[in-house]
Amino acid sequence: MTTEVKNLKGNAATRSKVQQQVVNSLQKRHRQEKLFRGAGVAAVSISILLVVLLFVNIFSKGLPAFWQHAIKLDIYFDPAVVKIAEKPVQQAGESDNEFRQRDLEWRSAVGMINFNRLIVDGLQKVIPDANEHRRDLQRIVTSGERFAIRDLVIKDPSIIGSTQSLFLLTDANIDVWLKGNIDRSLGDAQQQLSPKVREWVESLKAQGVIQNRFSFALFMNPDSRSSLASAGLAGAFMGSLYMMLVVIVLAIPMGVAAAIYLEEFAPKNKLTDLVEVNINNLAAVPSIVFGLLGASIFIGWFNLPMSAPVVGGLVLTLMTLPTVIIATRSTLKAIPPSIRQAALGLGASKSQAVFHHVLPLAIPGILTGSIIGVAQALGESAPLLLIGMKSFVASIPSSAMEQSTALPVQIYLWQGNELRNFFEARTSAAIIVLLALMLSLNSLAIWLRKRYEVRW
Amino acid sequence: MKMKTLSKLALVTAVSLSFAATAQATRDTVQVAGSSTVLPFSSIAAEEFGNNFAQFKTPVVGSGGSGGGLRQFCQGVGTNTIDIANSSRAIRSAELETCKANGVNQVIEVKIGYDGIVFASRIDAGTFALEPVHVFLAQAAQVPQNGQMVANPYTRWSQIDKSLPDQAILLAIPGSNHGTREVYEEKVILDGCKTLPEVKAMPSGDQNNFCLAMRTDGRVVEIAGDYTETLARLQAQKDAVGVFGLSFYESNRDRIKVATVSDVVPTVDNIIAGTYPVSRPLFFYVKGEHIGVIPGLQQFAEYFVSEAASGEGSPLEAAGLIPLSDAERTEVLNNIRNKKAL
Repeated sequence: MTTEVKNLKGNAATRSKVQQQVVNSLQKRHRQEKLFRGAGVAAVSISILLVVLLFVNIFSKGLPAFWQHAIKLDIYFDPAVVKIAEKPVQQAGESDNEFRQRDLEWRSAVGMINFNRLIVDGLQKVIPDANEHRRDLQRIVTSGERFAIRDLVIKDPSIIGSTQSLFLLTDANIDVWLKGNIDRSLGDAQQQLSPKVREWVESLKAQGVIQNRFSFALFMNPDSRSSLASAGLAGAFMGSLYMMLVVIVLAIPMGVAAAIYLEEFAPKNKLTDLVEVNINNLAAVPSIVFGLLGASIFIGWFNLPMSAPVVGGLVLTLMTLPTVIIATRSTLKAIPPSIRQAALGLGASKSQAVFHHVLPLAIPGILTGSIIGVAQALGESAPLLLIGMKSFVASIPSSAMEQSTALPVQIYLWQGNELRNFFEARTSAAIIVLLALMLSLNSLAIWLRKRYEVRW
Repeated sequence: MKMKTLSKLALVTAVSLSFAATAQATRDTVQVAGSSTVLPFSSIAAEEFGNNFAQFKTPVVGSGGSGGGLRQFCQGVGTNTIDIANSSRAIRSAELETCKANGVNQVIEVKIGYDGIVFASRIDAGTFALEPVHVFLAQAAQVPQNGQMVANPYTRWSQIDKSLPDQAILLAIPGSNHGTREVYEEKVILDGCKTLPEVKAMPSGDQNNFCLAMRTDGRVVEIAGDYTETLARLQAQKDAVGVFGLSFYESNRDRIKVATVSDVVPTVDNIIAGTYPVSRPLFFYVKGEHIGVIPGLQQFAEYFVSEAASGEGSPLEAAGLIPLSDAERTEVLNNIRNKKAL
């Protein structure tokens, strides 16, 4: 090309009129190409910049929330305070129900004990002037930790009488103060912590009694509002997990079966055309519409419980189904007809050809499509808001029928919490967890595709 | 063989669907929805209840605003309807009629305590000492001037009253789905409006319509979401003045500062004493038909209003709820025990 151009330029005398035209327009065409390339580079760099901005913003806010301040206390399980009967053991001849009843009564009795006193006693050992400020003392350890101590006793009553060194989460406002998430120069009237508490935590932090430790609470605990520092993602995570199980069990087999039928067996007529058009339409329906549908059909008609992952899973199934069908069909389409013809030629029946030869080759594509569909469903929040999954649930669901929330909805809920200073970081941390899950699902899909893909 | 796998999967699908459809009758978790003002209190009560009563599950608390909650509540009786509706205002007679029409005949009203509504501005904006009439003049469609009603000419607070800061008027008020809106209109707008002699001279039937008409030039913004959204509005616009619940303000004192109303600082003490004008009772409504059907419903309702959960020094008081007096508490508890319906 370049040599030709040189030739054209070199022999001015021999140029024809057409050649002259080409030479004249060359500069303009080159300029246009440069402009287009420039625009393309600009578009790519702007989008990369935006993504980087988003990630920097989320990570800079969210990463610190994975570490949380905890106070190291020697808790003496004083037998004078923790007065309980012996833990019931199932006896021979006792029915499960009777035992459960006895166990429940015992647990209720343990719950009546004031475990806060153990914490206060422990605090008095590390804070010299604790007794003069008893009200302030109550605000150091977050209120949920008394239940954590209770659960230790329930798990193993033999610790009564012993002294255990425990890390207890500090109050959310203490974490905010120590991390500098509140303007420290503001006056006492604008601070959440009293001057005394601020003085205490500063010196305890300097002594190493209060430490910034990796926050397992964020992963192990359900949401909490009475003890903000112990609010975690476990409930939402389990809710999302149950929903994804429902989606995987329902959407993938149904979607794959529908796609195989439509692609390989269905006669080509107006009816199947109509079905095809409608599946494509379904893929374009905004997800909130599925939420409304779910609320009126699954809850209103089928009387399924509100806020339950099973309903969420059903709604998300509706949403994922077209994605799976479309992905499966395009994978089946991409398999060369020669495979089918060869199988048929050797005497296989139509279904043998499909299930023995076409489907195995299509599985990587189907898996990729399904995983991307499930990842989409995992990140969906709008339809869940309408079926009651934005409720506050303070327990970890143990089945798909129990009330729960979901990861994206938990982000929405934390975003709305009153204590902004604490929950801004917590919200970003939840976003990081969700993003990590989505990215790992997507990389799994890419890996599967790369690993098993067959090129024709 | 592959066919078999597929048909097995289809079977699993069918079984799980039918399982889902039959598992409806047993709900052992109390379901609550409604006011976003009551939501934090209700959530804390639910959590403490779950932690203290090993035999019951932790109630589930949803939001949706007072109106939204009561609408869900009045949909009917049955395990797919909610058991408790939180509300930051008393139930309206129209709502009660809907309830009765749908078979909800035992609506038990439970007052849980009091809450203040405050005006707050950004910490770096001007300090406000508001009178109800100032707020009316800031948001009204028409205001009286020289004996005539003219379209609202005020664009800065200082034009309304010299004592107010010289900053543009921008008011973020709760949307009509919030119970807070009703209290705001009743205790601030109507009270302020009716102090004006021109309004007093109007026929009393026209007064409310005149007072509640809002300007539409974008200086009054209705916030349909919760207080976090109002706070975000303040963060975006320095001049904005927002309407918040007292407890929300208490949690965010480092970002917003509160305005006095009629020279009274909104504090818990002033609300108990009744000197701060913009306060209101908070309620929840229990579906009497569900008591005894949903395990833990009655116990939760009683626990919520017990001295331990919402009295002096309780977790709910620490969260900003203003406790009931002892006499009120006894009455409310009796109402629950005797299932005294409206």
